[in-house]
Amino acid sequence: MSHDTHHDGHGHNEIEMPHATMRDYVIGFILAVILTVIPFWLVMNRPLETGPTVAIIAIFAVVQVVVHMVYFLHMSPKSEGGWSFTTLIFTLIVVVIMLAGSLWVMSHLHSNMMPMAHDAAEPAAIGQVI
Amino acid sequence: MASTLPTETHPILGKLSMSAFPLHEPIVVATFVAVVLGGLGVVALLTKFKLWGYLWKEWFTTVDHKRIGIMYMILGLIMFLRGFADAIMMRIQQAIAFNGSEGYLNAHHYDQIFTAHGVIMIFFVAMPFITGLMNYLVPLQIGARDVSFPFLNNFSFWMTTAGAVLVMISLFVGEFAQTGWLAYPPLSGSTYSPNVGVDYYIWALQIAGVGTTLSGINLIVTILKLRAPGMGLMKMPVFTWTSLCANVLIVASFPVLTAVLALLTLDRYVGTNFFTNDLGGSPMMYINLIWIWGHPEVYILILPLFGVFSEVASTFSGKRLFGYTSMVYATICITILSYLVWLHHFFTMGSGASVNSFFGIATMVISIPTGAKLFNWLFTMYRGRIRYELPMMWTIAFMLTFVIGGMTGVLLAVPPADFVLHNSLFLIAHFHNVIIGGVLFGLFAAINFWWPKAFGYKLDVFWGKISFWCWVVGFWMAFMPLYILGLMGVTRRMRVFDDPSLQIWFVVAGIGAAILAVGVAAMLVQFAVSIWRRKELRDETGDPWNGRTLEWATSSPPPDYNFAFTPNIRDLDAWHDMKQSGAQRHTSGFKDIHMPSNTGTGIILSGLCLVMGFALIWHIWWLAAGSFAAVIAGAIYHTFNYKRDFYISATTVTETEDARTRQLADAAGA
Repeated sequence: MSHDTHHDGHGHNEIEMPHATMRDYVIGFILAVILTVIPFWLVMNRPLETGPTVAIIAIFAVVQVVVHMVYFLHMSPKSEGGWSFTTLIFTLIVVVIMLAGSLWVMSHLHSNMMPMAHDAAEPAAIGQVI
Repeated sequence: MASTLPTETHPILGKLSMSAFPLHEPIVVATFVAVVLGGLGVVALLTKFKLWGYLWKEWFTTVDHKRIGIMYMILGLIMFLRGFADAIMMRIQQAIAFNGSEGYLNAHHYDQIFTAHGVIMIFFVAMPFITGLMNYLVPLQIGARDVSFPFLNNFSFWMTTAGAVLVMISLFVGEFAQTGWLAYPPLSGSTYSPNVGVDYYIWALQIAGVGTTLSGINLIVTILKLRAPGMGLMKMPVFTWTSLCANVLIVASFPVLTAVLALLTLDRYVGTNFFTNDLGGSPMMYINLIWIWGHPEVYILILPLFGVFSEVASTFSGKRLFGYTSMVYATICITILSYLVWLHHFFTMGSGASVNSFFGIATMVISIPTGAKLFNWLFTMYRGRIRYELPMMWTIAFMLTFVIGGMTGVLLAVPPADFVLHNSLFLIAHFHNVIIGGVLFGLFAAINFWWPKAFGYKLDVFWGKISFWCWVVGFWMAFMPLYILGLMGVTRRMRVFDDPSLQIWFVVAGIGAAILAVGVAAMLVQFAVSIWRRKELRDETGDPWNGRTLEWATSSPPPDYNFAFTPNIRDLDAWHDMKQSGAQRHTSGFKDIHMPSNTGTGIILSGLCLVMGFALIWHIWWLAAGSFAAVIAGAIYHTFNYKRDFYISATTVTETEDARTRQLADAAGA
């Protein structure tokens, strides 16, 4: 893993690019267009309820990310000696922590701190602490 | 008291007008005059000794990681003096503003000072210092000739400098933010901060943030790709390991800061409502997001210094570091855990018991790997032949000081205790305890340790010891009273006090700050005396401390190309291994060495970014658009610069290495 290409100082120009083909780019482009047009259509014409629409857009967004990574960034478990996959996993961990954590924190804040009809004064007073 | 009332936006000057200059503030005017006179003096001297060309060719445009590292350290030192001046002003104000006295700073000025102090110390002192250190040392420790992207390195440095310059400009043109160092909304929103202070804050951090992120990427790639053959990940020096983890944290967390500041910018510039109190906005979201960056940030600062302490403890105990593997895994654990604790900065916001418990426990868990590191250092010293040189003294002071700061941190991690201590001076004492006791003491250890490597002569010990004792004593005197005041319930950022019984503690803290000031002065004297006496303090060997890692294998200062031949690594502590096995230096057979060329593009692009930031702050739209276009055009133009490398000829390398051979022979003979 650690026996990297050390080029004795002569190697700064030899950047090894993954061998991408025209076919890959076309497939990626078509998939990206499909994954963009469908959510757009769902919002413009509203054939579904709000809930399912949001869910489908979210799913398509995640698939879109994967398409970009595979077809445009040429990421695979083996590319760059496994480093790009390692960084991807780290990124996923951090992003999941940030998103899930923020949603968790903010939803608790919402339920605790929004003034309620029967006891509006107290949460507002706590809110002053910020 | 606001000096710049919102006025009509002038088509050419934007919001800028004569009222932007704080001519009615005698303190600021006096400072301004001093700065102008000092600046003119420096310019005159540089011109007299015809140093401009030298500075431009050898330093400003350099892509050598060693010179960029030194420039980062100089930037950090200059900004440290500014941030320290702010600290002294606050201590004086708080020591005298009792019994109806208003002190000598008005609220508008005082609020800017505590904001600027925090922003400068974190972003423009601690960050340049650690980046400079990593820049200088990492390529040498891994046997590389430079970082992976040398031009990017120069650009990163100048972007950081541009951010620092913007903060300094705010002192004399307009005002700085009065919001505290994280600029919480709604206070930082356009309703409550209508003037340019928060805009200075935003654009200074955004511009410097570009530099920080890029240098993070640069160093990660350098460590992963340019290690000498044989240096597996588990044979890397600990400092390189901690640098790797710190840079991973930088790359993963700084985008969050960029995003949250961008949202605040939209709120202020185009009237969106992400963080307002109404129309669906939530200021709490800003606090949540900025601490997702903010907590990893404190580990970005401390991790490289943990590496420094490991190198120093091992070298000056004459032993291999105890528990290298556990040290590496502790560093990785801290890296991950630092993402799981951000909420402990706002327990009091009201997330409730389950959320607070989770983050409280996660915070306490971080102290376990940190504690493991401490035991590793102690066991490294155990039965070692300890030499009490200055770096080792700083390391021991760190261990004693940092443990106390860590324990008060665990105390703050208990949510019920935090409800009492939140935003009190106890918190202030805690984080100064870990940042001064950890980051600054570590930097001083590092400066004393590696100065001979960078300049070829040791630092003066007498003045170093005076500085050391003033810092240690001054720190305890300045911050212990703050713990006590915090326990009594005194909150942070207060300008005047009603309760006269508190004054004695603030006076003690003020005396502590005065002792610290002597420590700072002694350190400057130490540098000056050492430069003056450099002939006596000279080190010819390149290895004055009997070091263990690869940087000590080179001459002091190292040649431009670092290593004539890329070393082969067989063991952890590679240089120690080479000395033990009697490895011989190559003295012949040198080849041409391929090197990157200097370029002025970095400083030019950053200068344009500085102009753009200034224009955006003052709503000078034509200038902002023009400089932005120039930045893009300049970057594209630079991609067509094909003269970006050259070869150091084998003859030159041979001459340099022969001189080194003679130097070593003289040193051995003397």
